[in-house]
Amino acid sequence: MSFFTEENRALAGEIIGRYPKRRSAMIPLLHVAQGQAGWVTPEAMTEIADLVDTTPAEVLGTCSFYEMFKREPVGKYLVNICVTMSCALAGAVELMEHAEERLGVRAGGTTPDGMFTLASAECQAACTEAPCLQVNYRYRYRVDTEGFDRLIDDLASGSLDGEIPQHGITARVRQHIPEDRAVGAVPPDEVNEAPVWLAASAPNGAGSS
Amino acid sequence: MSDTTAAEAAPSTVEVMIDGVAVDAQPGELVIAAAERAGVHIPRFCYHERMSSVGMCRMCLVEIDTGRGPQLQASCMVQVSPQMVVDTTSERTQRAQEGVLEMLLINHPLDCPVCDKGGECPLQDQTMAYGPGESRFVEEKRHFPKPIPISELVHLDRERCILCDRCTRFADEIAGDPLIDFTERGNETQVLTFPGEPFSSYFSGNTVQICPVGALTAAPYRFKARPWDLAQTESTCTTCAVGCRIAVQSSRNELVRYLGVDIDPVNHGWLCDKGRFAYGSVGSPERVTRPMQARSSGRVADIAAVEPMRNFEPSDWARALDAVAAAVKTARPGAIAVLGGARGTNEDAYSWSKLARTVLGTNHVDAQLGDGLAADITVGLGTATIDDACTADTTLLVCGDLREELPVLHLRLRGAARAGSTRLVEVSPTETGLTRDAARSERCGGGEAAAVLRDLLDGDDPLSDELAGGSVVVVLGRSSVAESADAAAEVASVLADRVPHAKFLVAARRGNIRGALDMGLAPGLLPGRCLSADPTPALAAAWGELPPEPGHDAAGILAAAAAGDIDVLFLLGADPLTDFPDSVLARLGVAGARTVVAVDTFLNQSTIEADIFLPAAAFGEKSGTTTNFEGRVSELSELVTAPGSSRPDWMIAAELAMLCDADLGFVSVSEITAEIAAVCETHAEAMGSPVDGDGVLVSGAAFEPALPPAHVAPPRDAYGLRLVCNRKLYDGGVTVAQTPALASLRAETALRVHPIDLERVGVASGTEVEVHSERGALRLPIVADSGVGRHNAVLAFPSPELDVGALIDATATVTDVRIETRGTQEPAS
Repeated sequence: MSFFTEENRALAGEIIGRYPKRRSAMIPLLHVAQGQAGWVTPEAMTEIADLVDTTPAEVLGTCSFYEMFKREPVGKYLVNICVTMSCALAGAVELMEHAEERLGVRAGGTTPDGMFTLASAECQAACTEAPCLQVNYRYRYRVDTEGFDRLIDDLASGSLDGEIPQHGITARVRQHIPEDRAVGAVPPDEVNEAPVWLAASAPNGAGSS
Repeated sequence: MSDTTAAEAAPSTVEVMIDGVAVDAQPGELVIAAAERAGVHIPRFCYHERMSSVGMCRMCLVEIDTGRGPQLQASCMVQVSPQMVVDTTSERTQRAQEGVLEMLLINHPLDCPVCDKGGECPLQDQTMAYGPGESRFVEEKRHFPKPIPISELVHLDRERCILCDRCTRFADEIAGDPLIDFTERGNETQVLTFPGEPFSSYFSGNTVQICPVGALTAAPYRFKARPWDLAQTESTCTTCAVGCRIAVQSSRNELVRYLGVDIDPVNHGWLCDKGRFAYGSVGSPERVTRPMQARSSGRVADIAAVEPMRNFEPSDWARALDAVAAAVKTARPGAIAVLGGARGTNEDAYSWSKLARTVLGTNHVDAQLGDGLAADITVGLGTATIDDACTADTTLLVCGDLREELPVLHLRLRGAARAGSTRLVEVSPTETGLTRDAARSERCGGGEAAAVLRDLLDGDDPLSDELAGGSVVVVLGRSSVAESADAAAEVASVLADRVPHAKFLVAARRGNIRGALDMGLAPGLLPGRCLSADPTPALAAAWGELPPEPGHDAAGILAAAAAGDIDVLFLLGADPLTDFPDSVLARLGVAGARTVVAVDTFLNQSTIEADIFLPAAAFGEKSGTTTNFEGRVSELSELVTAPGSSRPDWMIAAELAMLCDADLGFVSVSEITAEIAAVCETHAEAMGSPVDGDGVLVSGAAFEPALPPAHVAPPRDAYGLRLVCNRKLYDGGVTVAQTPALASLRAETALRVHPIDLERVGVASGTEVEVHSERGALRLPIVADSGVGRHNAVLAFPSPELDVGALIDATATVTDVRIETRGTQEPAS
């Protein structure tokens, strides 16, 4: 029935509560949805539309603008190999060919076991470490073909589970602001005094008014 | 701070130079708008004066110098400032325009010869006027599958789209149905709906009209005509009572398109889809185009359902009108009645009003079918305009869902509420299209709006202070036809008593109903907004002796007919079996009249029972004037020839009068218009000379309406629900049924109740149940809807497939229903 798990539904409620307008929670909720399923399913978009009081078309509009929200199933590990200038000069093309051969899929494809999605990516801002790649947006630097094979073996064996979460989970530490320091959902027009956290972090008389 | 200093601080105009001419612009005005007013047209695609500016297309780049030297800026995004110098024709401006057009045409297909927009396309026109003439782009264009339907009415060709954001902005800002949006990014950006959720907005047709290219096309118009072949005239839509100004277009004597015309006081250029596509019913092959008379023998009830024509034999005007005249001459005194008249022009209504009073000798005339407010309240109470409602400090909505009933009024009020120019307060039995934008929305039980208001205004509620402290407009209507009209009248009396400065806008719903009532097609009224009992001297002199007995309203006429007291019943574009709330009484009434004469365009549930059928000319086939629900008179134009031998209503009245040895005194529309101007003081200005597109507001009435004393809705029994019969835009009426583009959009009828009430019934949402009232029973699905007020049961009226009127007793104050779940079927999941 409902797309979100009970836990994520509660989390969604908490996230929505942080904003003066429900719609503002749309992108954080898309992250929660992608974290739950590995990609953003149509059901997730419909449910988010309902939660933030808008239409699925607007959620799709926002979701499809951002390349990192995937609207097709993605393997447990998304391997983005940089093929822009510095990496290309340092062997990224050969690395990509090797990766395609090793995983048995072309760039853009997902292995039949659902473990790996291989993708070519634009510059990842690590040119000094070329060629580089990302696994679920966690960097791997100066990757050669042997290094790539070791990486795939490690991922497949689960020995990197502690380091690289499955696709969709972008941060493992979620922000939890204690109530006395939270701004809360105050409409911007109604703000007439300094936010509570300002008083709380003042050098003297912490927290009290 | 005094007003004087404020006026000095903010000068009323800003002087700017546009192409070497000094122009007085309004403070805050956009350069493109100021230039437009000064007669300088700056080319544009995305800018639309009724929507916010976005600066998407860059076509309106001009050189603007604010003291730092001329710079190219988008004139739709820059406000005027003192000493600003604008050059819209400089060489740099021209190069920018050429560049923008070359860029827009990189991916735009050059399929103009097969594109519906060709010939009226801003991109085509502006490319000719401002374009570079040649493109440097030789590569393959971007391709998308062509075209995809984004709703049943609108098709989208993404190759032609230039991403101006007009349709998506309209859907979000104006219509409030953001069901289309930009998806993807960069070169892949495209307008799309969510998969499986079409752009089913009541206002979707407007996006086709404002699309500056051929990306959005209307399904009913695709490949129907080329713009240069169209004949066009300006007219006023009479599908509902808002009276939107439209351009009517035809090709080869067939109506093919309506376009919204922007007038300030009414529609701002917008139309609803029902109005926009209603021309389909005018050209319907189902139109009855020649007079018919019932077969004297061998009428078969069963056959009527499948082959209605079988019960009629073709006739001609001479024989058919002779038969009507014979029936009139043999009728007992006071036994003739006229129902309807709201679908015609003011001139039609005046003619029939005069025919009834001076020739037929009856006051039994009613243009309303028991579904509006009392005629004297509609005519005498309503003094506010749409603009008043959009600018009042508080606008109180005590009426049906305006999105369903008067869609463009809904758009105006929604826009006003969002712009902060008025504050909406709503009292209704169920959520409406405006609930989201209302500052406050109170639920009430069916028939109990007056009681809720009385409690709010007499108690400690802040509402009474809010209403006391500012201007107030009350939009008053029937939120349900399952309760008596007195319930709405009582709202008027509660508010008139407690908020004496409140102005009323009566949300009369059907076509030209206001015009029909103004012309006296109501039992107690005569033309020129005067009471039958007290005609104005001019009218008394012109019409002579008037029938002395007071007339019946629609319910009274049908009851009299059912009792055998009506010898001739005229149905003037009226279908009481569909539209009168109490369908049992309607059926008995139509069956009980000795002779039923239908003046109509289609065979419907009522006219199929007629003894004589006289085919009438429809919208677009006759000229005259119409009056919207504010009382605004505007002109209607004739563009196509009425099919067969159909005639306008007024002509039928005039000929019938002659056959009854009388003379109505006119033989053309203009003569009737002149007579109305002469005998109705109220209409002297509006009808005395040609009116422009904005129309002329007719204000004032010769009487004060009598507001009824408080009536109290009887308490609901603890196990019952109160029936609320509200309206749907795509209803069971003939306009929708006979318009192919709209007929399939009608929603299935279901009984909507609050989830808690559904829980008490004890079945799942979607289960088919039996609904019983004192009057009758229906079988239909029941669904949960948290927008419905507690203890209400909401059902749309009239329904295309169910006889909802069988539940309603016209003489009862309210209608309570019980839900029976025996033998119910759970929905297949």
